[in-house]
Amino acid sequence: MSETKVIDARDTFCPGPLMELITYMKQANVGDTLELLSTDKGTASDVPEWINKVGHEMISSEKVDEVWHIKVRKAK
Amino acid sequence: MAQDLFIICVSGTREKLQMAAMVASVAAAGGTRVSVFFSMNALAYFVKGDATEAPAEGHFGELMEKTKGVPPFRQLFKLAAELGDARLLPCSMALDLLQIEDSALEPELGPPTGLTLFLSDAESGQLLSF
Repeated sequence: MSETKVIDARDTFCPGPLMELITYMKQANVGDTLELLSTDKGTASDVPEWINKVGHEMISSEKVDEVWHIKVRKAK
Repeated sequence: MAQDLFIICVSGTREKLQMAAMVASVAAAGGTRVSVFFSMNALAYFVKGDATEAPAEGHFGELMEKTKGVPPFRQLFKLAAELGDARLLPCSMALDLLQIEDSALEPELGPPTGLTLFLSDAESGQLLSF
């Protein structure tokens, strides 16, 4: 069973949340799920773009109480 | 963005360093090969242990100074090198003029580089200057 790692990047500005995600993605194992929490508006569009570009997998993206919860899976 | 990206940093102001660092880190993290050439007022911030705050050029720079959570430009350049293999190159002329040895620079900076070599490399890609 792969693990889910929550990355709390709330209250940091672009490109802080993306950089946090990438840092943890490098350390994760293939198949791991990462959940990024962000209050930066650009994150909602920037993270899917990066995930698509580098070939990982988007699982979900939702905004709850002004916080974006973006779940992704390391694919390679 | 398959094209290589070359960035020339000459300004020592907060806004320009921040934007250059944002572009470098995001492009490098997305797989673009990034090379940054530091010269003029931008280079001295990368002397080992230097913690000088870059002065704001205008309102936005002042806002960034006051707001928590803005990633510092030095950290973003470092991430560009560590996560995306960006090359951070000190200008050899600026090192000479400032009388700084390249060994005195932060370890993520590469070898002293002349403008001729940098521009020759940059013929293969897109060049931005800040």
